[in-house]
Amino acid sequence: MQELLYIQEVSKSFSGVQVLKNVSLKIKSASVHALMGENGAGKSTLMKCLFGIYRQDSGQFFLEGNEFNFTDPKHALEHGVSMVHQELNQVTQRSIIDNIWLGRYPKSGLFVDEKKMRADTLALFEQLSIHLDPDTLLNQLSVSQRQMVEIAKAISYNAKIIVLDEPTSSLTEKEVEMLFTMIRNLQRKGVSVIYISHKMDEIFEICDEVTVLRDGSFVGTESLKEINMEKLVNMMVGRQLENRFPPKTNVPGEVHFEVKNLSTSYKPYIKDVNFALRRGEILGLAGLVGAGRTETAEAIFGVRTRASGEFFIDGNPITLKSPKDAKKNHFAFLTEERRRTGIYPVGNITFNSTIANVNAYKNKFGFTKDREMEKDTDTQIKAMRIRTSSKRELIRSLSGGNQQKVIIGRWLLTNPDILILDEPTRGIDVGAKYEIYQLIINLAMQNKSVIMISSEMPELLGITNRILVMSNGRVAGILETEKTNQEEIFHLATKYLNNSKEAEI
Amino acid sequence: MNAPALPKLGSMTAQKWRDFLINNGIYIVIFFIIAIIVISEPGFISIAVFRNILTQSSVRLILAFGVGGIIILQGTDLSLGRLVGFAAVISASLLQRADYASRFYPDLPALPLFVPLIIAMLVMALFSGINGWVVARFKIHPFLATLGMMITVYGILSIYFASGAPGPQPIGGYDDRYTEAVVGETLGVPNLVIYAAIVSALVWVLWNKTTFGKNLYAVGGNPEAAEVSGVNVTHTIVWVYILAGFLYGIGGFLEAARIGSANNGTGFGYELDAIAACVVGGISFSGGIGKVSGAIAGVLMFTIISYGMTFMGLDQYYQYIIKGVIIVVAVALDNQKYLKKT
Repeated sequence: MQELLYIQEVSKSFSGVQVLKNVSLKIKSASVHALMGENGAGKSTLMKCLFGIYRQDSGQFFLEGNEFNFTDPKHALEHGVSMVHQELNQVTQRSIIDNIWLGRYPKSGLFVDEKKMRADTLALFEQLSIHLDPDTLLNQLSVSQRQMVEIAKAISYNAKIIVLDEPTSSLTEKEVEMLFTMIRNLQRKGVSVIYISHKMDEIFEICDEVTVLRDGSFVGTESLKEINMEKLVNMMVGRQLENRFPPKTNVPGEVHFEVKNLSTSYKPYIKDVNFALRRGEILGLAGLVGAGRTETAEAIFGVRTRASGEFFIDGNPITLKSPKDAKKNHFAFLTEERRRTGIYPVGNITFNSTIANVNAYKNKFGFTKDREMEKDTDTQIKAMRIRTSSKRELIRSLSGGNQQKVIIGRWLLTNPDILILDEPTRGIDVGAKYEIYQLIINLAMQNKSVIMISSEMPELLGITNRILVMSNGRVAGILETEKTNQEEIFHLATKYLNNSKEAEI
Repeated sequence: MNAPALPKLGSMTAQKWRDFLINNGIYIVIFFIIAIIVISEPGFISIAVFRNILTQSSVRLILAFGVGGIIILQGTDLSLGRLVGFAAVISASLLQRADYASRFYPDLPALPLFVPLIIAMLVMALFSGINGWVVARFKIHPFLATLGMMITVYGILSIYFASGAPGPQPIGGYDDRYTEAVVGETLGVPNLVIYAAIVSALVWVLWNKTTFGKNLYAVGGNPEAAEVSGVNVTHTIVWVYILAGFLYGIGGFLEAARIGSANNGTGFGYELDAIAACVVGGISFSGGIGKVSGAIAGVLMFTIISYGMTFMGLDQYYQYIIKGVIIVVAVALDNQKYLKKT
């Protein structure tokens, strides 16, 4: 049988770094093809080349035997390739209708045919059993509803191939079932789906074939009937799993920090979050996108308005009204988006290391003591093995992992007792991850207490002592890491999703 | 469902009050200002005042629609004032009385009115379109692109202004048809108000009922989303600026006749009035949000306040203070509405 889509030896580099190396891929018609690989393996880049967002450096794409090269997404959509992007690309100020038909509004004469759009939207929703008022603005919808709208939109293009990039990351089990029904219906109509996901059970349930990428290279394509989970994992990781995490040598002690009845005033809400962090403990925060993990951290650190909440250190109540209070109480907060809220890209390493603690370097005239700042930066560079030619180098010229170490170093200079780390290993390569894990465990061994937010379950299972699972803004459970597994965490993460209508505050 | 205990009813009403105040704050502030004006000068409520306010709002409104579209795109336009001035000078120079002593073009025959209007619109569309192209193609912040255009156009406009037969002096002595068409009235309604109403209707249709309008909101709200949905983002941006240029052309044509003469300083500072009116009317600098009715409300409120304060005999310098404060308060409240999430 001829394949529907043939990707032949595609390569792509960004500013000298090769992210795709001669990747080839064949998608059969009417099949669901999984694309797997660790973060940074090149899955999204490959799909963006296919969709015309990026232009590959070399290699060809063939659709039904004809070579094509989409120059922009419009081109791709017109030729029957549609895509649901991971970072939901939607105009949230506009209605569902306006979003679904964006880029191809039907016209009657000079004007947009609102009647037809509405009728077509309703028909589409009925076919997919989506129950939403098409006039609702997207910013009124939950993340999962927005995801359903985006999937409906992709289907409505009458595409031959639909790329779904992590479509279930914020869906409930029921919605996942609905999505799978949709996918099977599409398959029956001869449509192929490229399914990007990290979730093994989903892959085995819905997909026919799987292609694995690793570090930008093609590893192999296998039929899912003939492969087991273990082999698949080995293909993705390319080595035995034992050494991904350093040994957990920290020993949690007495309760150190306690949070009671923490709720926020504004969306996205978190409600009645309670937990206790022990001294020298690494507590993981797990949950789906939008579960309220980052919001919890922000509410503790005083950057998000609280409706209620009390905090205790060693049993004594403390005030945490602002980041300033938090710093006074020896908290440190490593933010999720390193590029946006972490680094000062055009500052050098010294600047980036000392900026959170600059008051400590004031001399009696109020000027900064530059030599001491540089001395401390040198200490950090050595202690954390930051790979750089000089402390005067701009931070943006470092790799992601080394940038992250500088930021962690920045907070360590404030001498914190409690560290909140939001996705500390995001966008960092595997080797550097190990070093960050080791750093976190070392901190815990020095009796510092750590709250680590992460979307990567293996990492939570690998280095935490306990895992707090959040679901729709609430604590769904707190688990002993030794006694739990991915399934239990995932199950808890969807606990409060079925009645997802947020309670009015 | 197992929701946590809801806050007490009392606090819910307080929350709703707070939301109401935040969502309508600027209108409440302006209502109070108007109330003060009316209480101290009851004569403010009269047909004549109403007429004057509408007439004075007309050109401002047309200009506000131009820059309003650009603001919806997360942009701004500093060159508005100079482009309006250029359009005014072009229109004035082409529509002087045959028997006027110092004509710009001494031998120019009497042109049909629409000819200078079309020329003004096309020239402004060209300059504004260049703004759009620079913004879209080179990803230059609209503030800088239009700042450059503002200065450049002032140079070009001044050279043109000085090139007339009588040299650089204000261009007046209009053809009566021109004056009549702009400052006259039809069935008791000032013509300027009629033009503003027609432009409002056209802009409303364009923003709400056409692909162009929907793309405008999409590109303004989330350019990446528009791009991956197959919208030609560059194209949309350039056309929004071209449309603004057309509106500036119309505005300049009307403004020259409304004032009675034009020179190279005409239009100076108009961009700030127009931008302020848009913002007060809820067209958000964060993009993707803004309505025709908002622009109308913003322009009317500004005119009412400045007219009313003058009516009260309030010194102009005090008026500046009040207007300046209103702008900042409006933006602050606008941000509360959309960014109250943390």
